[in-house]
Amino acid sequence: MSVTAPPDTKPVVRLGDRLFAGTARVAALTIMLALAGVFVFLAIEGIPGLSAPAEIYQPFDNFWSYVGPLVFGTVLAAVVALIIAVPFSIGVALFISHYAPPRVAGPLAYVIDLLAAVPSVVYGLWGGLALGQAMKPVFGWLFDNLSFLPFFEGPPSVTGRTILTAGIVLAIMVVPITTAISREVFAQTPRLHEEAAMALGATQWETIRYAVFPYARSGVVSAVMLGLGRALGETMAVAMVLSATPVVTLNLISNTNPATIASNIASNYKEATPDKQAVLIATGLVLFAVTFAVNFLARWVVGRSERKVTR
Amino acid sequence: MAKSIDISDLDIYYGDFKAVEGVNMTIRARAVTAFIGPSGCGKSTFLRALNRMHEVIPGARVEGKVMVSGQSLYDPGVDPVAVRRQIGMVFQRPNPFPTMSIYENVLAGNRLNSRKIKKAEADEIVERSLKSANLWTEVKDRLSKPGMGLSGGQQQRLCIARAIAVEPEVLLMDEPCSALDPISTSAIEDLIHELKADYTIVIVTHNMQQAARVSDDTGFFNLKAAGQPGHLVEFNPTNKMFTNPDEESTEAYISGRFG
Repeated sequence: MSVTAPPDTKPVVRLGDRLFAGTARVAALTIMLALAGVFVFLAIEGIPGLSAPAEIYQPFDNFWSYVGPLVFGTVLAAVVALIIAVPFSIGVALFISHYAPPRVAGPLAYVIDLLAAVPSVVYGLWGGLALGQAMKPVFGWLFDNLSFLPFFEGPPSVTGRTILTAGIVLAIMVVPITTAISREVFAQTPRLHEEAAMALGATQWETIRYAVFPYARSGVVSAVMLGLGRALGETMAVAMVLSATPVVTLNLISNTNPATIASNIASNYKEATPDKQAVLIATGLVLFAVTFAVNFLARWVVGRSERKVTR
Repeated sequence: MAKSIDISDLDIYYGDFKAVEGVNMTIRARAVTAFIGPSGCGKSTFLRALNRMHEVIPGARVEGKVMVSGQSLYDPGVDPVAVRRQIGMVFQRPNPFPTMSIYENVLAGNRLNSRKIKKAEADEIVERSLKSANLWTEVKDRLSKPGMGLSGGQQQRLCIARAIAVEPEVLLMDEPCSALDPISTSAIEDLIHELKADYTIVIVTHNMQQAARVSDDTGFFNLKAAGQPGHLVEFNPTNKMFTNPDEESTEAYISGRFG
């Protein structure tokens, strides 16, 4: 027997489908709400900090000159970290995905992933005590040989706790995440494209340049963005390595180093008066904005180069 | 330019698994040689052994001899990269480089090894290769557009243009029409006829009519039994293969009595 459905009946939706779709939707909404909530909190708590009494901003007298060196320090440390970490990560990722024999690649990938699990406090301790000491002769060498560059003007720090040391610690923290993602994208390069290059007589490096890099480019940028996010926001490692002064300088190896926004909040929040707290939260708002801006910029750059290709 | 290939006692392995066993044949220069046979009989594997593409799969190796004009491809001193430059390959599915323009795709092989090419020379190579691949009139006004924007058949002809741009001695084709519609297939078959004048062509195909149409010699591969290595059952001029083959199993396969 057959039943003809009246024309206005809705299409059948199974209970399981509806449950799952609902759960997924709630999860997605929660994330958006959390992000909005963070922003609203920062805005409400931070806006008074933009116009607090002048003495709060010592040694400066208004918010923008107070936050300026911090933004500079944040970006400088992150850039130093990325300059070290990105080539390193791409190299390690390529080694794991294309060069290493499988019995080396597996364990190596695992060890790199483990690096990400080490808490940042531990990196901070290590960076401040061990790496700083170890870097002193390096700083001396850089000063002796490359002091004509603004980065190595010196005089070299006697403690070794400089923004360059902090950048190296950040780089080590960035490497696992960028490596893991780059490795995944490299490994997913279609076999067909690699074989196209190889059949033309490409060496392994040429195959990577012809087939792997073009395919992986946007994925690698995502990896770098995630790494950059970590470098911009990292608190403890930087706070423990740097003894900060509010300066704007490109000098990477001297005693006077700019703090980063996050490390400045961490070192000052506990003892701060409510006014000062508002100022610190406002700097957090600025960090939020900087991170957003950098992400959008990078997306736009990638998007533009991809549009150029598909046009 | 075009050269013949002599294969003697070739065994091909994937790790411990022997995929193809004991192949002997001579592939003539300036002729089309087709390989037919059921799926999994090792004809594509055998084809890939002819330009050392087989060994890019981990654990894959070859025993026996492949001689191209007196030079053994598998001598210890021979660089597989150099072999692949002389023996071009076209794949089952068209695979132009997705981020490159039509122009750059054709030149991809010439640009390898960081060779510098003058603009005029590059233009000439692109035009000549695309003309040989019967694609020039269709794309000459949009050379800077991406290769992926072409139709499947055009993409495959672009891949052929890319392969012949480096003027190889031999052109291997691994089921070049199996992803294409009949009209594109016919365009590629016409092209194979024309290319035969300058190149030694080896083609693997599932389509027996195609083998009969395009080839001068045909090799029939088959499995002895499931799990056993594939082997060359019969290798003869195409005419003979399709009218009066030596082996009964060849006739059975060609006439469709077994698959």
